[in-house]
Amino acid sequence: MKKTAFAKKLLAGAPAAVLALGLGPAAAQTLVISNWDGYMPADMAEQFEAETGISIDVANHATNEEIMGKVTASGGKGYDVIFVSSPFAEALDKLGIAAKLDHSMLPNMENLYPEARELSYDEGLTFSMPYAWGTTGLCYRSDLVSEEPDSWMDLLDPSDDLAGKVTMLSTDRWMIGAAALAKGYSVNVTEEEKLTEVKDLLVSAKEDLLAYDDTTFYSKLVSGEASLVHAWDGWCNYGIAENADIKYTIPSEGTDLWVDTMVVMESSENKEAAHEFINYILGADTHKWVVENILYKVPNKASMEALDASMVETYPNLGMEPAAMLEYEMLRDVGNAQKDYSRLKTEVMSAQ
Amino acid sequence: MYQRLRTFLFVGPGLAWLTFFMVVPCLLVFLYSFFERGVYGGIVYDFTFENFDRAFDPLYLAILLKSAKIAGLATLIALLIAYPAAYAIARAPAQRQPVYLFLVMLPFWSNYLIRTYAWIVMLNREGLINRALLDFGLVGEALPLLYNEASVVTGLVYNYVPFVILAIYSSISRLNPEIAEASEDLGAPSYKTFLRVILPLTLPGIAAGAVFVFVLSIGNFITPDLLGGGRVQMVGNLIYDQFLEARDWPFGSALSLILIGVMMCLLFAQAVAVNRSAEGTR
Repeated sequence: MKKTAFAKKLLAGAPAAVLALGLGPAAAQTLVISNWDGYMPADMAEQFEAETGISIDVANHATNEEIMGKVTASGGKGYDVIFVSSPFAEALDKLGIAAKLDHSMLPNMENLYPEARELSYDEGLTFSMPYAWGTTGLCYRSDLVSEEPDSWMDLLDPSDDLAGKVTMLSTDRWMIGAAALAKGYSVNVTEEEKLTEVKDLLVSAKEDLLAYDDTTFYSKLVSGEASLVHAWDGWCNYGIAENADIKYTIPSEGTDLWVDTMVVMESSENKEAAHEFINYILGADTHKWVVENILYKVPNKASMEALDASMVETYPNLGMEPAAMLEYEMLRDVGNAQKDYSRLKTEVMSAQ
Repeated sequence: MYQRLRTFLFVGPGLAWLTFFMVVPCLLVFLYSFFERGVYGGIVYDFTFENFDRAFDPLYLAILLKSAKIAGLATLIALLIAYPAAYAIARAPAQRQPVYLFLVMLPFWSNYLIRTYAWIVMLNREGLINRALLDFGLVGEALPLLYNEASVVTGLVYNYVPFVILAIYSSISRLNPEIAEASEDLGAPSYKTFLRVILPLTLPGIAAGAVFVFVLSIGNFITPDLLGGGRVQMVGNLIYDQFLEARDWPFGSALSLILIGVMMCLLFAQAVAVNRSAEGTR
């Protein structure tokens, strides 16, 4: 997907449509939204504008950390809605940067799975709205591995034929999560001694790594440069789309359940339009269209049930039921330990 | 009075530019480096030396040294490639020199990122070089050519060699050919003429090219990121990570200040070298 696909339309928006929404004549408004690059259909902004008259200025971020850095520095100013993973949404709420959601403006919420409304980081969805959810696991070329991987140690201490052919995510929560699960700890581990063990394991894993890769790991699998990669389920699907020998598995030690959410900024001057946007996404057709584009599961029951059966056949992890996902531990904000997390990651990356 | 006003009008815009976009940001970096980070980012205004303390931790000191080693190696190789090339161009017939210089600059018509990415296509396990080696039976299995220090050095050399050629070329072409002739007339063998006469006189060009490569290499983060695969960290990546990933602006600022310090020392040394050599020719 190209950023240029979202033409900036700063002063667009039909005044009549704005009036119809009851937002006053002065509000020829533009919503500023930040999402991961390629994480929504390329013409989403145009479709939304055609339907509501509200134009969208899309900014992209590469990682949660990047957008968190920007938003915490500015108190959220400059953005109306941002897409972040659940622990970061939780942090935005604690910092008072996230706005409380007005459910009366979000009738499409009823499309969500009941489970998706009672997520432990935000029960009742008071400040965040789930957009996509899934697991983190191993994505591999079934034709290039001698046996099916089933443990995080297959990634962290690969067999000889896989050494130098594995990649890991370098985003702190998931990098640490992999080693924590391998050690039998929680994905939200905060104890100092346990984190030291996690760090030692990650440093020793570095030796057999081809690279750290958060964005192009699936293409490394397709080209055959890598045989086994640490991946989010949806992104493994991008590889499966190009090579049917690519498979996704959740290691026996378990995984984390992450939820990517939409959060409205408390500082936003366009809160109504921001709600309008979220409600639009939650529409059964829109959210289904999202799945077809980004190949991630969405917590929208109406959309998932309407999904073409051939999609689930091609991408088996799209068929995972909410109940099965909820058996895994939810990724939560670790509070002050977040400092230790980012420091640990820096130290692992810096180790020789 | 009028004179003063005119000077002010001429200097004003440049001065304002430097003040707002150079002095103020540098001061911010300086100030931030003495404060603490917030848990999720931002600055907590509690004075501390912790960031500098941490920057001199052996872990990060090793990264600074490794960056210097990679940058130094890139500089050395770039000089070895660029000097003979520049010498050959400067000695070519005058009407052909612009063509050669044009060819040297040609790679800059494509984007830095694309030029760097092209190396991934060549060096990876399934890349052009490994394919060729395997097809000719020169190696039994694909060589790990990518994501190591050598690939990072390769990328840096490739990108900066043209600048060094230009810097050395300008030095050599300004050389009065009669000086070399005089040396040979007085009986010096050509290698001695080169070592004792030409090389010292072209030192300013060498120094300018070398400092250029070194300074750009030691702070580079794109090349180590793409060609080092995140496994080879240079100080540029470390700083980048502190601002964008770890959200530790104060630590990133402290590291930046240290890097700025190293660069200033080098630029100063280069200025001294140029001055010395200018005195020597008098």
